[in-house]
Amino acid sequence: MSGGSYYVPTTSWWPILGSLALGVMMVGAGVKLVYDTGALLMLLGVVSIIGVMGLWFRDVVRESMGGLYDSQMDRSFRWGMGWFIFSELMFFAAFFGALFYVRTFAIPWLGGEGEKGVSALLWPDFVAHWPLLSPPDASVLGPDQVFSPWQLPLVNTLILVTSSITLTVAHEALKLDERITCRNWLAGTVLLGCCFIIIQGVEYYEAYNHYGITLEAGIFGATFFILTGFHGVHVIIGTIILACILVRICKGHFSTDHHFGFEASCWYWHFVDVVWVGLFIFVYVL
Amino acid sequence: MAPKLPPQHPLQHSTTAAADGQADHAHHASPKGIMRWLLTTNHKEIGSLYLIFSLIMFFIGGIFALVVRAELFQPGLQLIEPEFFNQMTTMHGLIMVFAAVMPAFTGLANWMIPLQIGAPDMALPRLNNFSFWLLPVAFTLLLSTLFMPGGGPNFGWTFYAPLSTTYAPPSTTFFILALHIAGVSSILGAINIVATILNMRAPGMRMMDMPLFVWTWLITAFLLIAVMPVLAGVITMMLMDINFGTSFFDAAGGGDPVLFQHLFWFFGHPEVYIMILPAFGIVSAIIPTFARKRLFGYASMVYATAAIALLSFLVWAHHMFVVGLPLAAELFFMYSTMLIAVPTGVKVFNWVTTLFRGSISFEPPMLFALAFVVLFTIGGFSGLMLAIAPADFQYHDTYFVVAHFHYVLVPGAIFAIMAGVYYWLPKWTGHYPHERLAQCHFWCSIVGVNLTFFPMHFAGLAGMPRRIPDYALQFADFNLVSSIGAFFFGISQLIFVLVIVLCVRGGRKAPAQAWEGAEDLEWSVPSPAPLHTFETPPVFHRSHHGD
Repeated sequence: MSGGSYYVPTTSWWPILGSLALGVMMVGAGVKLVYDTGALLMLLGVVSIIGVMGLWFRDVVRESMGGLYDSQMDRSFRWGMGWFIFSELMFFAAFFGALFYVRTFAIPWLGGEGEKGVSALLWPDFVAHWPLLSPPDASVLGPDQVFSPWQLPLVNTLILVTSSITLTVAHEALKLDERITCRNWLAGTVLLGCCFIIIQGVEYYEAYNHYGITLEAGIFGATFFILTGFHGVHVIIGTIILACILVRICKGHFSTDHHFGFEASCWYWHFVDVVWVGLFIFVYVL
Repeated sequence: MAPKLPPQHPLQHSTTAAADGQADHAHHASPKGIMRWLLTTNHKEIGSLYLIFSLIMFFIGGIFALVVRAELFQPGLQLIEPEFFNQMTTMHGLIMVFAAVMPAFTGLANWMIPLQIGAPDMALPRLNNFSFWLLPVAFTLLLSTLFMPGGGPNFGWTFYAPLSTTYAPPSTTFFILALHIAGVSSILGAINIVATILNMRAPGMRMMDMPLFVWTWLITAFLLIAVMPVLAGVITMMLMDINFGTSFFDAAGGGDPVLFQHLFWFFGHPEVYIMILPAFGIVSAIIPTFARKRLFGYASMVYATAAIALLSFLVWAHHMFVVGLPLAAELFFMYSTMLIAVPTGVKVFNWVTTLFRGSISFEPPMLFALAFVVLFTIGGFSGLMLAIAPADFQYHDTYFVVAHFHYVLVPGAIFAIMAGVYYWLPKWTGHYPHERLAQCHFWCSIVGVNLTFFPMHFAGLAGMPRRIPDYALQFADFNLVSSIGAFFFGISQLIFVLVIVLCVRGGRKAPAQAWEGAEDLEWSVPSPAPLHTFETPPVFHRSHHGD
């Protein structure tokens, strides 16, 4: 515990502007989805959020560089980031849970398994199988085929696992104050993140154009896109975070023992990596 | 134990520290007027903002309830269209849960946790302000759906698919986005509270020295972080089903509407504990104070709270006994639900035992706390009845369920919030609340609550379905009584506002230790608490809990 040096910031514009920006984005998104207009409003919201985040983090970086943060503040950030990642984990848990439920219960029951075979009256010809290529109702077109896990998904798995290793090397280098080494390995990590995103983009293109895997393609398409989609968004965010950290490394920020910004982005990146391993196993392989 | 405890001062330096603090901060020249409230990072100001917001929302949600009760005053359709009736029941539930009860507890947490653990502020003060200001944005958006084409959400606060997807009004997308914002607010607020409790305690204060309000909030915050993202996930799937043609909750594409219910209640059941655990903490602070005894079984209270929280993850499908679960699931969820009665029973036992041979006085906070113990227990027992799967087949979606959850939420959560407000008002304002008016508020409330909700047990057991604007003639008497009670309860809440306003403006001066038997750290700082407290951490002397 510290002796009264805990830094309590004075007033700040960023929280309220951030809330308003989020509100603008949500209203814009709603108007866009419901009334098919208002994309500009949503864009304004997104840009404002990015702007506010940039200014907010600039304040935090300045305060940190100014030596205002003691070890107790450091622990606050650690608890905060740790619990934030736990909340993200639970977000993905909802989608994994949906996938498991559908595969274990919903589809076998639709196929007439168990004593509650009511749906057998609705769709008597339906045969339970996974991946679900032909959904119960003829009005829903299932995917034509699904991806082999041993092609692009395997490549992506290797890329992401490798990127976790390169990031750890960069972190170790920072702790030894070998800043050039740190910069290079971190840049490599960012590059691998970009590769992953590009390959995922190629896979989405293939999904829509050659595999018939779309959002509308029944529960397979729905679970596939919600899991890989939110994961992809997290990779994009993680890559942006790492790129910002790279810029800070180049500007000479961080010291060998005081670099929680760096560590937090590592935690986030490893989390994204772990989620991908889960995805690879449960969405692609099994 | 002696009936009268000498005022204890766990820390000696409090007044000087406060004086230093004011001197330190004189040069900050913080903005005045409205700007001060918009830009603040101070936990007390943010706490006040939360509490004021929640009080306003309590009245908005209350007006929706009164519209419902006015329509149900007599059989037949007289005042509003069924379509609007559905919007009112839905919005009443959503506003009360997400905009009244939850922010009220967060407001109390903001105000009291730093004071109770001897911290200078919340761990992440700017994030704290962000968490608050998301709420007005979220609920302005939510309330605005009432004015959109097709009306607002009309599918009940549980928004079951496909009512909330295939058959929902166009405004549902806005409802989802508003709930997303509120969810972000809850998660960030909870992260802040966890970080504060784990990292900002005064030197010497161990976990098992923390006041129970802090303990219960720590566990509540864990629940929030664990389940609000699941809510975010499930409403995202709704959004996709509505706008992007996915089949999560549509059996035609291989999905399942029951999947919605599983995901919703995996969030929803811990959510109901989120709304009651901090109430347990408040009551566990008030009863020892006014019984002038230590809390009986402090450690068992902590373990019981943790046990309730863990069990809350294993009982969600007791809301779904009639959807066609396999028999094994019905049995598992029936027994796991009944198991919750054990730690809850421990709590009630401890409160009653704390009262046993105490030197009890009946100030307004104590009245509400005692009413809480009795009436919450009634709600707990009706919950136990509902937990019995075969009996629930009969009770499901009747007014019995409505009676049950209103007993645990109104004389449960809301009475505890009011008890907490009366208990801590002297600390916030420096004045005692007006005794006579507060007593009047209490007696009106307790009569109103029971008049409103007790007859619902009978109407429900006799088969009256919930969420229906019209009903069979045999339910007329019960509904008439309920409606009269609801308006009586609603109007008597104006007394509450009056007491608060009077208390802010003046009244009998309160000393630092406003209540004779109060022991926790917050009573060692002056009343009203200065804007900045504990800037130098106090040295905590273990004088009450634990060994």
